[in-house]
Amino acid sequence: MSKVTGTFWLGRYDTVKTRFSSLKKIRWGRYSVISIPSLWLALFFFIPFLVVFKISLAESAIAVPPYTDMFGWNVDDAIIDIKIKLGNYLYLFEDTFYLDAYLSSVKIAAVSTFFTLIIGFPMAYYIASKTGSMRTLLLTLVILPFWTSFLLRVYAWMGFLKKNGIVNEFLQGIGIIDQPIQMLQTDFAVYIGIVYTYLPFMILPLYTTLEKLDGSLIEAAKDLGAGPIRTFFLITLPMSMPGILAGCLLVFIPAVGEFVIPALLGASDTLMIGRVLWDEFFQNRDWPMASAVATMMLLILVVPIMFLRNGKKEGTE
Amino acid sequence: MTQETTMPLWKQDGAKPFIQIKNVTKKFGEFTAVDNVSLDIYENELFCLLGGSGSGKSTLLRILAGFEELTTGQVLIDGVDMANIEPWNRPINMMFQSYALFPHMSVAKNIAFGLKRDKVPKKEIEERVAEMLTMMQIEAFADRKPDQLSGGQRQRVALARSLIKRPKLLLLDEPLGALDKKLREETQFELVNIQDKLGVTFVVVTHDQEEAMTLATRIGVMGNGVITQVDEPRDVYEYPSSRFVAEFIGSINLFEGRIYEDEVEHVKIKSKEADCNFYVNHGISCAPNQKVTVAIRPEKMKVSRRKPEQEYNCLHGQIIDIAYMGNLSIFRIKLKSGIIVRVTLPNLVRENRNPLTWDDFVYLSWDYDSSVVLTS
Repeated sequence: MSKVTGTFWLGRYDTVKTRFSSLKKIRWGRYSVISIPSLWLALFFFIPFLVVFKISLAESAIAVPPYTDMFGWNVDDAIIDIKIKLGNYLYLFEDTFYLDAYLSSVKIAAVSTFFTLIIGFPMAYYIASKTGSMRTLLLTLVILPFWTSFLLRVYAWMGFLKKNGIVNEFLQGIGIIDQPIQMLQTDFAVYIGIVYTYLPFMILPLYTTLEKLDGSLIEAAKDLGAGPIRTFFLITLPMSMPGILAGCLLVFIPAVGEFVIPALLGASDTLMIGRVLWDEFFQNRDWPMASAVATMMLLILVVPIMFLRNGKKEGTE
Repeated sequence: MTQETTMPLWKQDGAKPFIQIKNVTKKFGEFTAVDNVSLDIYENELFCLLGGSGSGKSTLLRILAGFEELTTGQVLIDGVDMANIEPWNRPINMMFQSYALFPHMSVAKNIAFGLKRDKVPKKEIEERVAEMLTMMQIEAFADRKPDQLSGGQRQRVALARSLIKRPKLLLLDEPLGALDKKLREETQFELVNIQDKLGVTFVVVTHDQEEAMTLATRIGVMGNGVITQVDEPRDVYEYPSSRFVAEFIGSINLFEGRIYEDEVEHVKIKSKEADCNFYVNHGISCAPNQKVTVAIRPEKMKVSRRKPEQEYNCLHGQIIDIAYMGNLSIFRIKLKSGIIVRVTLPNLVRENRNPLTWDDFVYLSWDYDSSVVLTS
């Protein structure tokens, strides 16, 4: 009997399935394509973030791990204690040190992003204007530094910028300066490090949009009486906005949280949130406080991204 | 058209050409795109540069616009040498093949672009844009972006944008190429009307001979970077100067032969490819016994089942193919020599009681003044 019912239902299910099959097929195809990156993000971004967020609501403790549990279990009375500490977040606002660090990070990242854009745009434009093997060669040169470890390249800059480094020796050699200039362990060195490291991330998206830019649009603008400079600001620049936005995001976001470059090239008082995080975790062993700093940093980054994304949408509409 | 009432400028002695192209050559590396071209175009003309792809017609147009530097030669517009004048300072506008509308600007802003660059007062810009929108019948789309328009609407915006500065010369690169057949025919006549109304000189590049025939006051036929013939549409069709032009414009039957009688007012030609001798009632200057080509258009031949009473220009063959096109039918007729001749006949009646059909043997004949002798 049960077997009969089973087939009956199976039959019904099949008709329903065929009726909507064309619709379902497409949807499932889409979902399965999206699901892999979604799963990846869930596993390695969202869940870890929730863990960090949970830790940020705990109290620092001398234990392993060094923070208190959120959930306590009172066996006698069968009570679940939930302990949420908001103090870490309040402290972020109380102590101006953190606010300064955030602002300083954003400032350093913004200035660096601006300079990568200024330097990267002409480079991308030049590459896009070339054809064939020359273009391939130039693109390879842009990507080539990635073949060396990032850390090594930052160390190399230390060699360039230090007191008896190549730059100082050269400037002294041609007689521009008498005394070596303090370059290493300054904000200047941090800017150089960030701009240098992230330049390819600016050039590549810019190149992609500039390469697609229809040359006849430029010609049309010139034909209608706009000189080269006007044509650039009226046509080329607005048309390459998607690439500019993508490049700026790709540089700005990692630059805000940058740790290695300020640690190696910056002064001890170069405040960046990445360094504060490091100190909280490894020097103070205050995991909850460090987690609160990390959560706040994420929020600070999400806001400009949303802002830029909206701008992008409006731009295309 | 106005040209018919008075003598056109290009037929008047001493008329000053508006555009003078003098021995212009343009090379891209080893490749010669435009090869020593000289051409005069007059005011108010609608001049068509007609040629296949790679014929150099677009390069010549881009030279006029100032986008290509000359390798050698000189271009004068209204008597001014264009050598050191940048595109944005030339009294010329261009309508691009792809239309090149700015995708980030509305239709109205696209059209106003040229005027804004010239610092025209804002009020005047508004008026002239509105006027142009009305003229092109695109008022309803003023606030739309180009990607929200159909192909025909985009074409109108592009034309409006290129005309708003009231240029002395408008260059049009395949202006109707992206439109479907019906819209193309309508727009052709509209383009002629606009040109007539505004009195702008048009230079149109096209690969479509029908388009060139409808639009042009004169046609310049281009091939391999050289202009082979410049004439009014009728003359280009009826009196092609070379095999290349004859074959490029319309369809034509060609017979190779040798002249055996050369008089002042006629020539007689013998051809192995035909079973009769040809008689053409215009003399040509050529060497005795020279190899020539006799060209005859498909619609200029008469078809009959009975042998016509004429000694010359009479071929005999068998129908191997018929294509019914509605207004006319195309017959392919095979001669004894194996040569296939193409003939078109108008379908004058709905039902033909004794229609020509496959495998019928027929005679083809034509008048002495219907064919042309080509020496090159």
